[in-house]
Amino acid sequence: MKVSGFVHKYGDNVDTDVIIPARYLNSPDAKELAQHCMEDIDIDFVKNVKNGDIIVAEQNFGCGSSREHAPLAIKASGISCVIASTFARIFYRNAINIGLPIMECNEAAKGIDKGDEVEIDFDSGVITNKTKNQTYQAQPFPDFIKEIIAAGGLLNSLKK
Amino acid sequence: MGMTMTQKILAAHAGLDKVEPGQLIRCKLDIVHGNDVTTPVAINEFNKAGFTDVFDKNKITMIMDHFTPNKDIKSAMNTKQCRDFASNLKIKNYYDVGDMGIEHALLPEKGLVTAGDCIIGADSHTCTYGALGAFSTGVGSTDMAAGMATGEAWFKVPTAIKFNLKGKLNKFVMGKDVILHIIGMIGVDGALYKSMEFSGEGLASLSMDDRLSMANMAIEAGAKNGIFAVDEVTTAYLDMRTQRPYKIYEADPDAVYDEVYDIDLSEIKSTVAFPHLPENTRTIDEVGDVKIDQVVIGSCTNGRMEDMEIAAEILKGKHVHPNVRCIIIPATQQIYLDSIKKGLMEIFINAGCAVSTPTCGPCLGGHMGILAAGERAVATTNRNFVGRMGHPESEVYLASPAVAAASAITGKISGADELM
Repeated sequence: MKVSGFVHKYGDNVDTDVIIPARYLNSPDAKELAQHCMEDIDIDFVKNVKNGDIIVAEQNFGCGSSREHAPLAIKASGISCVIASTFARIFYRNAINIGLPIMECNEAAKGIDKGDEVEIDFDSGVITNKTKNQTYQAQPFPDFIKEIIAAGGLLNSLKK
Repeated sequence: MGMTMTQKILAAHAGLDKVEPGQLIRCKLDIVHGNDVTTPVAINEFNKAGFTDVFDKNKITMIMDHFTPNKDIKSAMNTKQCRDFASNLKIKNYYDVGDMGIEHALLPEKGLVTAGDCIIGADSHTCTYGALGAFSTGVGSTDMAAGMATGEAWFKVPTAIKFNLKGKLNKFVMGKDVILHIIGMIGVDGALYKSMEFSGEGLASLSMDDRLSMANMAIEAGAKNGIFAVDEVTTAYLDMRTQRPYKIYEADPDAVYDEVYDIDLSEIKSTVAFPHLPENTRTIDEVGDVKIDQVVIGSCTNGRMEDMEIAAEILKGKHVHPNVRCIIIPATQQIYLDSIKKGLMEIFINAGCAVSTPTCGPCLGGHMGILAAGERAVATTNRNFVGRMGHPESEVYLASPAVAAASAITGKISGADELM
């Protein structure tokens, strides 16, 4: 499976409080959460984001709270994949569990800039920067995690 | 190669004699926990997947603490959903307004979590119970839903960083200062995917309240869990509270650690984390002149009895600075009651502090003390991210209850030594 989109770029330690501020956590509704996604770090994100766009960030993306509302808000805002140098561990689990595609790739995180058009091949782990004509190889997921993703999330994988 | 404390607990709960770092395992869970923010999402996932009952109604805990007493209609709908779910499925350990406390203070106090347990909680500060010698880690709502349904969770076996403690803390220096010092040293991703294991001769001088606030902030260094070696302080604490049998695990003498840090507790000074990351630490003598608008003493990090006692010792006979609002939130009903009995509430109110029923409220900018643009707070909480306590242009400085109480009096960030 491949996705392609334009990049929204952030730095280190993007925390779950800026991904979705706690003042909106009184709603568990993903569409409602998406209306405030990234609000405290990038006020224009919601206005600019288009279906299929990609978030690229550097170290420790999603640090802080365990709120699943963070990956839910990102997914519901139309983002097709988050690429980062590293992910905070609870965000990493949550993204896989709810079916938000993520990729760990330091070279891509450093080499890709805001607005670049990027294509991701989830099967091979190859990330192509169409704007800069560069490719990067992401870490493949362990088989165990591939099975969760293939089933469409953790709970679906348990039902089988 | 020997195993760390965490690896031993995980191996036992996976039914294995031995585990290796990086191994993916499935563990049996002793407790699956959630709060009023994360549980509604878990219930929706649980129902959507077609589950109709939980694996064990005695091993699930739900505590309504974040936006309670309900701050608005949406929060009221969330707690109602949790209340109905708990009632329908006869979940025994459901705590609501009137008997609830902040989750990570309440579960140890009630003896519901204990040494040797394997625990997941849909709240990142679930790592707190490592202070008791348990493996305990924060997860999201879908993991909570899966845990409620199956009583199991998958884990990747972590490596560990060892903190070898020696010496004894000085007066007005607390466990909070130790953990802020460590996060300042290793950074907010310094322990990413790893365990933080605390042991050494210095442990004996650390109270359980100190240990709980240290394990609580392991997540602020990115750790999977923080865990303390079990000693007499632990068993004395557990024997007074838990009805459940506990099991003591010790790291093997030849356990392998990614890094080992020696920490001399007598050298730790009062420490403050500046905005907007817990790793931006400075010792109290380096903070300079930082005027403040609000002080919050409470939260799952520092709302326990010793925190109330040290705040009262400093505030006794003094008054909060006219430009400062000081909010004190005992973390559980028992701590609230004990504070009343010991006369601490009288000291707080005479000093001009607002005192509240237990709630996470201001820590995550929920309610009960939201900051305006440009305002600064000294808080005994755990995170100082952008917008954490309110307006995205407000600032949070993380500190111990001693520094927070002293700062409330002077109107700027101050050490308790300056006043006493």
